Amino acid sequence: MTITEKTADVPAPRSGEEKSGRLLDVKDLHVEFHTRDGVVKAVNGVNYSVDAGETLAVLGESGSGKSVTAQAIMGILDMPPGKIPQGEIIFRGQDMLKMSNEERRKIRGRKIAMIFQDALSSLNPVLSVGYQLGEMFRVHEGLSRKEAKAKAIELMDRVKIPAAKERVSDYPHQFSGGMRQRIMIAMALALEPDLIIADEPTTALDVTVQAQVMDLLADLQREYNMGLILITHDLGVVADVADKIAVMYAGRIVETAPVHELYKRPAHPYTRGLLDSIPRLDQKGQELYAIKGLPPNLLKIPSGCAFNPRCPKAQDICRTEVPPLVPVTERDGAELAGRGSACHFWKETIHG
Amino acid sequence: MGRYVARRLLQMIPVFIGTTLLIFLMVNALPGDPVKALWGDKPPDPAQVAQIKHDRGLDLPLWEQYLHYMKGLVQGDFGKTIAGNRPILDEITQAFPVSMRLAAMAWTFELVVGITLGVIAGVRRGRIIDTTVTFFTLLVISVPIFVFGLGFQLIFGNELGWVKPTVQDSEDFQQLMLPALVLGLVGLAYVARLTRTSIKENRTADYMRTAVAKGLPRQRIVTRHLLRNSLIPVVTYLGTDIGALMGGAVITEGIFNVTGVGNLLFQGIARREGAIIVGVVTVLVIVYLLASLLVDLLYAVLDPRIRYA
Amino acid sequence: MPDVTKTTPAEAAAETPVVTMKPADGREAGGARSLWSDAWRDLRRRPLFVISALLILLVLLVSAFPGLFTSTDPGSGDLQKHFLGSPNLGHFFQEDWFGYDRQGRSIYARVVYGARNSVMVGVGVTLLVTFFGGLVGMLAGYFGGFWDSLLSRITDVFFGIPFLLGAMVVLNAFTDRNVWVITGALAFLGWTQIARVMRGAVITTKHADYVMAAKALGAGTKRILFRHVLPNAVAPVIVVATIALGTYIVAESTLSYLGLGFGSDAVSWGADISDATQDIRNNPHTLIFPAGMLSITVLAFIMLGDAVREALDPKLR
Repeated sequence: MTITEKTADVPAPRSGEEKSGRLLDVKDLHVEFHTRDGVVKAVNGVNYSVDAGETLAVLGESGSGKSVTAQAIMGILDMPPGKIPQGEIIFRGQDMLKMSNEERRKIRGRKIAMIFQDALSSLNPVLSVGYQLGEMFRVHEGLSRKEAKAKAIELMDRVKIPAAKERVSDYPHQFSGGMRQRIMIAMALALEPDLIIADEPTTALDVTVQAQVMDLLADLQREYNMGLILITHDLGVVADVADKIAVMYAGRIVETAPVHELYKRPAHPYTRGLLDSIPRLDQKGQELYAIKGLPPNLLKIPSGCAFNPRCPKAQDICRTEVPPLVPVTERDGAELAGRGSACHFWKETIHG
Repeated sequence: MGRYVARRLLQMIPVFIGTTLLIFLMVNALPGDPVKALWGDKPPDPAQVAQIKHDRGLDLPLWEQYLHYMKGLVQGDFGKTIAGNRPILDEITQAFPVSMRLAAMAWTFELVVGITLGVIAGVRRGRIIDTTVTFFTLLVISVPIFVFGLGFQLIFGNELGWVKPTVQDSEDFQQLMLPALVLGLVGLAYVARLTRTSIKENRTADYMRTAVAKGLPRQRIVTRHLLRNSLIPVVTYLGTDIGALMGGAVITEGIFNVTGVGNLLFQGIARREGAIIVGVVTVLVIVYLLASLLVDLLYAVLDPRIRYA
Repeated sequence: MPDVTKTTPAEAAAETPVVTMKPADGREAGGARSLWSDAWRDLRRRPLFVISALLILLVLLVSAFPGLFTSTDPGSGDLQKHFLGSPNLGHFFQEDWFGYDRQGRSIYARVVYGARNSVMVGVGVTLLVTFFGGLVGMLAGYFGGFWDSLLSRITDVFFGIPFLLGAMVVLNAFTDRNVWVITGALAFLGWTQIARVMRGAVITTKHADYVMAAKALGAGTKRILFRHVLPNAVAPVIVVATIALGTYIVAESTLSYLGLGFGSDAVSWGADISDATQDIRNNPHTLIFPAGMLSITVLAFIMLGDAVREALDPKLR
């Protein structure tokens, strides 16, 4: 199965929403942090959705709000200082923001699981990995200590950790980085959740190990037909596994597109900048492109389009009016499924 | 592990010798004469003084006195008191069980009350209960302990009559209750502060976020994940505090008239009986060294990242 | 084993602050900030810090210029005023504000004049201990190997003697116990705590990337030690020293209670508190005012240390 085929059968028509397909719908989500220096607006109206078996890649620099959005979905934001002033997070037709703490807790780990970036610090240093894996079964399914341990070994086998039986009582620091990340994946997979959120799952790993871990994750996702939200700043990782991409900047989605279309024809200057800054073998010897300037200070996001101070195409309107995320069409007005751009000049960007 | 223990025990020898030597020098090299002190305010008889000093070997050079003392110590001989000529070992074996009981009770207070307060304050960070606990611990540390001792004695002993103001029977746990509370009060405050800080540091750790993301109930997150990590430094503190409690009872034992080690030490200092001080400190140092070895081993059990080779 | 710095756990036990050199959370405003300027910005906004700093300034002022606060001689007693008029809290800053003691001396004047001795002991011990303990800890931590073993064992030897007990032994030998003797005795036994904290901090700092970078650039030992290691290792030492200062003041009063503090003709909080313990039952005011002043001073130093600790450690904010 190639990726283009996959994108073809996920045009996500409106009718699909009522059926079992639509897992998660994030609508107009806002997150802010109240700090001593002022209100940090980390997420400013994010919309995205994930279907069963689908992989959404959320792309952005650090501070773009991609992780904060994920934490809000997971319900692990520190509140306070965090606050969700408006928005909906609809999981299987129910708004999780309106649920009680207990209802949300039961979803966490069982229905939606998360894989964190740094497995060493994200695993409890003083508990054996077997205990930490088994805990999922003991808490959510009420298994005994012994049964949970057997399940933990089974899980470790499934994520291809060699000698799982012998290593089940080892502690996180006794594993290599790649193996630790496999344990994190095993923990997320334990109860076969509907949706997995992976927050930069391979950033902390060696390049050779990155591919292995990513392949494993993609295989398991296919096997269980799970939805996957892959948060990353690495365009290389995205191309192989994602179905669709949402590019975030300063707490907003600036472009959405099926994965290959985005690479072929970006409709936002920021996305174009990101793509241009990937080193390419066929352009050896040329100076590497870099987006000028720095990511915005979230305490005072520039007026208008947040990207305007760094945008090569910025006009007066960009400094005054916030561009909404609008559907992107072909030159002749034909609809491009799943594409959107939040740029006043998307036409010029994609077609010009 | 075995090799580590052996190495640590070997390392203890120079520390043990060093500490006994230091206290020996402090007691003997400083001005003040225990023999002359026998005469009190009256002028001492020089001939008799010289005679006693010669009999006790006190006229020898300090290093010879120390060697002499250590030789005796190895054979379990702690020497004799100058006034009364009683074997010091007897005095120590009489006083230690009393202090040990008192210290054990005080230690239990520290452990139970200190950790409880610290956990409550740490988990309910920023709430009224946290502020109250923090203020209470600061107050305990900043008021001299004898003020608490005398105050409690006055209020609970004399005014309210809940307890006997002084300890008449050092084997009666009920009578030892109040002195033990006073003795453990400062340590209790430190334990509570340490627990609170440790919890505060750990609650923002990445693994805590993972525990929440796993959908664990709050209680389990706190007990199995947060406390398990946060209490490691507290255990260490509690371990090393056992020795300090036994040696630090001078004030408390004085106020409540407990005839333990603190009392013995105070007598020793007041009468300049160097041998008593050195003897008691020697025993305390052994307790302290063994306790810290135990703590180190316990540490390896509690934190699997620590491995002793 | 990953980097778990190999200090003995016992050292980590006593409240060693863990100061991470991370800048503030990425979510906060950008701009260059150093650890100290960041901490300062944070501190100014903490009411506890401001209150304790002001209290400490006041106490320092009182100890430096007691004459500014009272014109009464703290030593002159009028037996007619034996425990008289105790206390008259409405008479702000008057001689009889806090009442009179057994010998008819103004407790207010004694509290004012007693500040100097107590504060001098606290500050003096802290300075000595920070200098010598810091030096020992720095050398042991930085040079490691033989020097570390030697200096650490020496530290262990002194640590093995209970603090108060050792001070009692030393002070018992002196008949004229003035500020210098008491300060010296406490410092003689108290330096180990700072040495241990400093050693741990230096070891942590020594392995930091910026020290490695300085080494790679060929900086000399002296330069690395004083320009790179020390400024970054000194934060936990300052915190511990500030809190310890308070406990030294308490220690002085405890020694006075045991009759091993200042002589009877000196004015000090410790001496007055221990005098007052005889009258605690019927005239508690003789105890409450000196003890209260001492506790407030100690409290101020501990709160200051706590505030600095929290400001320096982003994890605790």
